[in-house]
Amino acid sequence: MTSEKKQALSELALRVREHIVRLSTDGGCFTGASLSCADLLVYLYADFLNVHPGNLTDPERDYLFLSKGHDVPALYGTFAELGFMPKERLSNHLKSNDSIYWHPNRAVPGVEFHSGSLGHLPSVALGVALDARMRGQNQKVIVITGDGELNEGTCWEALLVASAHKVNNLTIVVDRNHFQANIATEDLIPLEPLAPKFEAFGAVVKRIDGHDFAALEEAFTALPFSPDKPSVIICDTVRGRGLPSIERRADRWFCNFSSEEITSLLKELHSQEATNLTSETLTVR
Amino acid sequence: MNYEQLIHETALADERLLVMTAENRALIRNLPGPLGARFIDTGITEQTMIGAAAGLALRGRVPVVHALATFLTLRAFEFIRTDVGIGNLPVKISAFVPGFLSDGNGPTHQAIEDVSLMRGIPGMTVFAPADEQDMLAMLPAIWASPSPAYVRVNTRPATYQHEPFVMGKAEIVSEGTDITILTYGMLFEQALIAKDLLTEAGYSVGLVNLRSLKPLDTEAVLNVVRGGSLVVTLEDHFQTGGLYSILAELLLENELTAKVLPLALKERWYKPGLLSEVLEYEGFTGQHIARRIGERLGDGVHSFGAKTKVVENEFAE
Repeated sequence: MTSEKKQALSELALRVREHIVRLSTDGGCFTGASLSCADLLVYLYADFLNVHPGNLTDPERDYLFLSKGHDVPALYGTFAELGFMPKERLSNHLKSNDSIYWHPNRAVPGVEFHSGSLGHLPSVALGVALDARMRGQNQKVIVITGDGELNEGTCWEALLVASAHKVNNLTIVVDRNHFQANIATEDLIPLEPLAPKFEAFGAVVKRIDGHDFAALEEAFTALPFSPDKPSVIICDTVRGRGLPSIERRADRWFCNFSSEEITSLLKELHSQEATNLTSETLTVR
Repeated sequence: MNYEQLIHETALADERLLVMTAENRALIRNLPGPLGARFIDTGITEQTMIGAAAGLALRGRVPVVHALATFLTLRAFEFIRTDVGIGNLPVKISAFVPGFLSDGNGPTHQAIEDVSLMRGIPGMTVFAPADEQDMLAMLPAIWASPSPAYVRVNTRPATYQHEPFVMGKAEIVSEGTDITILTYGMLFEQALIAKDLLTEAGYSVGLVNLRSLKPLDTEAVLNVVRGGSLVVTLEDHFQTGGLYSILAELLLENELTAKVLPLALKERWYKPGLLSEVLEYEGFTGQHIARRIGERLGDGVHSFGAKTKVVENEFAE
């Protein structure tokens, strides 16, 4: 990956994180879980997926399903930056005049399916992948799950069925931020060793740093990993990434900050990213 | 024409139609060959099957999904509600061995809260054909509709020549001034026998095959209520949430009251066994239905003593 591209993606991710922070007040949102997958969503929508505001009804577009629906601020932040919806629409958060709430809704352009109840979209994505294959189309069908979400048996059930049907156009991406809602995954329902579990269920697995754009590019551009197996990409991430004051904190899953706290968090966000960004970007902030 | 032939014929004419099963192949054994990739067996995974059906429907398909009624409506309930229901997707649920039709399987397999659960989902439609002929008359319209649908599959041979099906309309077999039996599904066969027994005893007996529980033919049901006869709600379902509840809701909405006899399973699972044993033990043969209605009317004259012969079910998975 060129340094220019990396720079552009970093700047975009910073803007998405600003949206996430700004949504973390007046009722709040799932801040920690959104920050962990911001880089992943930015990479996928800005650089990898064949989906953009102009092709949302094209049956041959790539599909992304957000099964861990509570990180919707990262998704909508990305959509706002990439022109799927006007940025002002984010100010409708939790208002009854729109459908912008704590989980994805299809009323927002770009959302392929609603989520919120964990463990559902691996099977919905499987259905889409089966249909794409039936029609001889070769687009990517990607479903992002949380790591805590992997407690749900239906994630594994869907993979078992996908493997049985040799669905190679389905990719399960795990936002491995190491936290469930309230507690570290390994302290509640340990998942490790995780990659061998997926392999045992019939997938080909890669495990990468989910905040490293070059690593994301290397993994995603290698899809499908096998001609007759589903693919899994485990993205090791940090809950709260970008805001050291809330990173890796069990009590920063859902956040509802005061306006003073938001101001200070935005400041913190910009100071963290300063080393990677141009002075021009920072003066704009 | 049987169920399998109908689905095969419909799939040939409409490429949107897909057949899915959670390894319940009893009625669709011969379809994997002719349907190829459009026959999808997900194994014993009701939840994944429903989720995948929602995904297929998102892409414009009309999946007809097969599994035992109880596992679909209970194990996969949240997937039906959340993926099919919220998505308002045209997934067509063919629910096998509902109600008394699970005969020898026991309470684990008794889908006797399915109507209650399915009708509670916004947008879901709910159907219960009286027999195979009735079902074959109903399915083309159900599959052609854009709505999600739940069908209590019933392949028992017909004992009555049914009228063509009109979506949302009940079949009025007879009108009566003393008694009207409202029923759905496999008990229609026993209700016909009960009607004849009661008619022979001198009563004027109405019989309505509801066919569709949602949408309900409210006009037909309100006509029955306004006729003033004893209204019998006959169902192989818990008394709570099924037809008795549907009638109660309708009466309240219309500020009406009626003399109602519920014949349903009140706070109990039924005794498993051969279908004839089940119906005899639980009091749902034509004879027992007539006797229970006679008792409600204070009939001390007629005994309705002749035991009803019940054609056994042919169970297979």
